[in-house]
Amino acid sequence: MSDGPSSNSRRNFLRSSLVLISTATLAGEAPALLGSARAEETRRFLNESERRFLLAAVDRLIPADERWPGAAEAGVVNYIDLQMAGAWGGGEMLYRHGPFRKGTPTQGYQLEYTPAELFRRSILAINAHFASQAKSFDQLPSEEKDAYLSSLEKGDIDLDGVPSNTFFDFLLQHTVEGFFSDPIYGGNKNKLAWKMIGFPGAYADYHDLIDKHGVEFHREPLSIADGPGYHSMNSGTGGK
Amino acid sequence: MPQTLKEVDVVVIGVGFAGSILAKELAASGLKVVGLERGHSRHSVPDFQAPAIHDELKYSIRKGMMQDVTREAMTFRNHYREVALPMRQWEAFLPGTGLGGCGVHWNGQSWRYHEEEFIYKTHIEQRYGKKILDPDLRIQDWGVTYQELEPYYDRFEYLLGVCGKAGNLNGKIEAGGNPLEAPRSREYPNPPMKEQYSGALFRKAASELGYHPFLQPSANSTRPYTNPEGLTLNPCVYCGFCERYGCEHFAKASPQTVILPVLMKNPNFELRTESQVLRINLDSTGKKATGVSYMDAHGREFEQPASLVLLTAFALNDVRMLLLSGIGKPYEPTTETGVVGRNYAYQTQSYVPTFLGEDVHLNSYMAGGASGTVIDDFSVDNFDHSSLGFIGGCYVLCGSTNARPVEFHPTPPGTPRWGRKWKDAVRQHYNHTAIFNLSGTSTSMRGNYLDLDPTYRDAWGLPLLRITFDFPDNDVRMSRFVTHKASEIARQMGAKIVVDSPRTGPFTTTSYQSTHNTGGAVIGADPSTSVVNRYCQSWDVPNVFVVGACNYPQNSSYNPTLTLGALIYWTADALKTRYLKRPGPLV
Repeated sequence: MSDGPSSNSRRNFLRSSLVLISTATLAGEAPALLGSARAEETRRFLNESERRFLLAAVDRLIPADERWPGAAEAGVVNYIDLQMAGAWGGGEMLYRHGPFRKGTPTQGYQLEYTPAELFRRSILAINAHFASQAKSFDQLPSEEKDAYLSSLEKGDIDLDGVPSNTFFDFLLQHTVEGFFSDPIYGGNKNKLAWKMIGFPGAYADYHDLIDKHGVEFHREPLSIADGPGYHSMNSGTGGK
Repeated sequence: MPQTLKEVDVVVIGVGFAGSILAKELAASGLKVVGLERGHSRHSVPDFQAPAIHDELKYSIRKGMMQDVTREAMTFRNHYREVALPMRQWEAFLPGTGLGGCGVHWNGQSWRYHEEEFIYKTHIEQRYGKKILDPDLRIQDWGVTYQELEPYYDRFEYLLGVCGKAGNLNGKIEAGGNPLEAPRSREYPNPPMKEQYSGALFRKAASELGYHPFLQPSANSTRPYTNPEGLTLNPCVYCGFCERYGCEHFAKASPQTVILPVLMKNPNFELRTESQVLRINLDSTGKKATGVSYMDAHGREFEQPASLVLLTAFALNDVRMLLLSGIGKPYEPTTETGVVGRNYAYQTQSYVPTFLGEDVHLNSYMAGGASGTVIDDFSVDNFDHSSLGFIGGCYVLCGSTNARPVEFHPTPPGTPRWGRKWKDAVRQHYNHTAIFNLSGTSTSMRGNYLDLDPTYRDAWGLPLLRITFDFPDNDVRMSRFVTHKASEIARQMGAKIVVDSPRTGPFTTTSYQSTHNTGGAVIGADPSTSVVNRYCQSWDVPNVFVVGACNYPQNSSYNPTLTLGALIYWTADALKTRYLKRPGPLV
């Protein structure tokens, strides 16, 4: 890389960082910087090297921009940690009887691994791959991270029995889930993913608004954790 | 040793819409009725209350209300030469479980079928000749007509409080409704839902192109409504959490809101939840059911003797229960012998994502389950197929049922699946994109069927249901034609980007399409091509009645629930006025 573009990039980076900070300050909802996020790590399932890989990977899948946080700042790794520690990760929501056979693409997921096993096995293989070259995924420049993620997505790599596209699709699915799900699950911190698109969350009373066509509707999104304060049904009349 | 319980008059397998209505009718006639429900008991209060019910991850993504796949999965293959493998999680369709069945988590889209659909084979061959049918297609007549079912459609609509505007009142075309609907004997019980912005834009464009838009009939109530059972529904608040969720507002018609409170009060009825029916028991002749065997949550097995068995456990589970019980001859696709499992069909769904641009604020999260503006011009046989080379069609609907963001974050073609460009595209299009929903006919075909899997078993050691299905070429051609027509409407709306995306094969279990699984225990006049007679009575074991979408000989463009409701009341009437007076074959 020549000096010119590099210093340009650096200046651009600084400028965007300033924009990011000032916007966040104005909005009063600073996307947590990675350093302070450490204190909020959930630490239920992921080990240190898994967490390091995931933090770097989800940051490329949904990167931060000048205004909105990415998956890393939104807490998606905590989301994955909690999901993998629970019933879903443990395979308690899948039919898991054998025989396990390779199916057609239309037959869906047929590996014998639980979601938690799939994550652990794949990341172990990825980390081992980079360790053998005395590298670490999270230390790569962004372009190289993206190139590696793309190669996973294409399915070119065997991750110790897991086709890499299966792992990639799984990782992307969980990243999007964590980004957009209710914050009670550990991601979508400060409901910023909902604010980014304008989804009001668990709020749900539009009888008088639905036919006001084309209005711009702005409302602080509601999380399930915010409780039933906004409106709730009493016993109704249907049970009479 | 199974414990044998005291004999009752009627045992009902599965307490959803069909089970609860039939149980209510028979218990009110003085019969002792036991309802066996494999899932849990649940009620609008406290189980469906906000804000906890508005949990996309729990209900939409992890399928919180669906059949427990860890215990009872199904296997799938596209063709009978392939090896079926288990669907290890629900994706393409969502069988419910628990009290109220799928009637809890449905959207409430409430359509009647057309007159000619009940005589489909006769009608198609008369209008177009036999040559329009590909050789592998197996359409047939129902053995019961629209005219016979009309009073029962009416009764079910008034039970649910369906909201709509009549388009054809006793043959007279009414302004504001669907002019192409089959004639109805009276107006809908409630006025239509409020129109969404995307629906209003669609209405204008569709009208300009000469079509006949109207508001979709809905079982999400539009005003306080007290049904003939004395139960009251509240108006829908368009919360955007309808399908896959229970309704906290008593606005969506479900067994819990429109029938169960009345049934539960009748001392002739006893509900037993967490009761897994293993089989229907037959006597030594194999022609008479003696009751059912079931297991409770503690693993204790019971035999419940009964004079009459009603199988109302959802289309796919009904067929499996017949096969597990040895009722009727299983279908075999190479020789085309047997009937149970024959004519399994689905729904040929396609979508037209319509990107309207950032100045159009759709607010699609403001939505009832059955919101939407729709045209019926391309449904079933509402248009001339003579020169088209296929049969069937789709209704074309524009509107939204929700905009829950894990499921809904449309991006235009060419957008990467991740990264900064993806994120920007999601933000730019989220509130500005309408997705047309085309619900298409599914034509029954020789190789599409249901049977028992030879390898995989459920938690009770019984074989799983095996589904063999792919889209018939006819339906792929149909989808291409109607989807192109829908795309023209989208362009007429002034959309910046229109994604013309007809359904193509092969059918895949990996993405949601529809829970309108039909056939496998079809109704008909001929026992060699049907499982039940015109009163939903088993040809082989006359004290077993099977009522579900498994009765449909092929699938319509329209959502199946209202027609199921008509069959439920039609069957209830046949039981009360004829069968109980003289038990035995009604045909």
